[in-house]
Amino acid sequence: MKVGVVNYGMGNIASVCNAINFIGFEASVINSPNELEKCDKIILPGVGAFPVAMKNLNELQFIEPLNKIVLIKKVPTIGLCLGMQLLFDDSEEHGINKGLGWVKGEVKDLKKEINLTVPHMGWNRLEISKESNLLSGIAEDELDYYFVHSFYCKCENNSNVIATVDYGVKMDVMIQKDNIYGCQFHPEKSQKSGLELLKNFCKI
Amino acid sequence: MIKTRLIPVLYIKNGLIVRSEDFNYHQMIGNVVNEAKRYNEWNVDELIYIDISRESSYDLRRDDHKIKSYSTIEEIVKTISQTCFMPLTFGGGIRTIDQIDFLIKNGADKITLNTGAIESPDLIKQASEKYGSQAIVLSIDYKLIDKKPIIFSKFGQSDTGIDVFDWIKEIERLGAGEVFLNSIDRDGKASGYDIETIGKVVDSSRLPVIACGGAGDSYDFVDLGKETKVSGIAAANWFHFVERSYPRAKQLMKKNGINVR
Repeated sequence: MKVGVVNYGMGNIASVCNAINFIGFEASVINSPNELEKCDKIILPGVGAFPVAMKNLNELQFIEPLNKIVLIKKVPTIGLCLGMQLLFDDSEEHGINKGLGWVKGEVKDLKKEINLTVPHMGWNRLEISKESNLLSGIAEDELDYYFVHSFYCKCENNSNVIATVDYGVKMDVMIQKDNIYGCQFHPEKSQKSGLELLKNFCKI
Repeated sequence: MIKTRLIPVLYIKNGLIVRSEDFNYHQMIGNVVNEAKRYNEWNVDELIYIDISRESSYDLRRDDHKIKSYSTIEEIVKTISQTCFMPLTFGGGIRTIDQIDFLIKNGADKITLNTGAIESPDLIKQASEKYGSQAIVLSIDYKLIDKKPIIFSKFGQSDTGIDVFDWIKEIERLGAGEVFLNSIDRDGKASGYDIETIGKVVDSSRLPVIACGGAGDSYDFVDLGKETKVSGIAAANWFHFVERSYPRAKQLMKKNGINVR
């Protein structure tokens, strides 16, 4: 089984691959769209700014092939951090920019809404809205995950929300719509709880 | 609510982990990767590695059987990021964007700038524009002079005359994402944290602050966590010498009402 980690020039590809390999699956860095076909799972990682990420996906011509493989072939796909934000309709980061639009909702600016330290950086406990196979086997007191972000996701349909975190405002930090998953936190940097989540994803 | 982080700091000198006192005396403690494994087993919140080697090249002669030294920082970053799945910060001696590219490409999540940022503040801007503020930690070493915290650069040897509060305003403007604050006076002294200065720094800025220097007892973590809104509590030496130090410290903090993982 091949877990494709999409390399579109944004962020910590090495950390994500290291984590996948460590839990006993085979990570494969996807540098061009024609390599997507061979993947049984897709990970969309990401560290950086939303408009640059969409621009890169566009320029590398990833968008159409990704739409096909995710929406039509329904390959299990997970967006991590910025990768999760890209799944939505649009984001407020540096003006309004369109995302992939796979999940209904928007990405909003934390600084405009709260007075706390931004980025929201560090470990925070998930509040579960809905059961998910990605969290199976992880005890309630182990649901601490590592976050670093300045923008947050808001789903249009509550039925897509798996977990939220309250940081002055309620943020949707884990979502699912059909075969598409998203985590605002970094499971690849969240110790055992993160590795367990990734293992659950790889086993789908 | 976001949790207070407890962060072990590892000083690397010529490819080996060392204990530091007064920023000057360094006692060799162990192998970089073995130490990382230990912290991994303790399920730590985050790790900070600072390379304090003063020579530009590594000492390759120290390759005995008991403690293996690593010949390059590249080897260290790569090896650690393959086995440790927590936020990893690397720093020490960074002067150019190429060095930052290299560390991040090899698995560092964040890098620290210290003397390099004082010599060339533009490096903060360049780095944060490229990797985002969250990846750029400003390491600040200070001494109290007439009760004012003044920054010392070049391994804490050179008095810059810069006031810590002024510098933090400047680095925030340039795009730094976090402050790693070290008291030189308290390095290796086990006399407790400089709570007064740390509290003032935390209250003066919106940047998350990690404080270091002076931990001698796990009650020092509790005191700092209770009396300030610090984001991270860091220590180096203490974790090396006390049996099961990290999990025990976390337990004590929890018992005393500090929100930790």
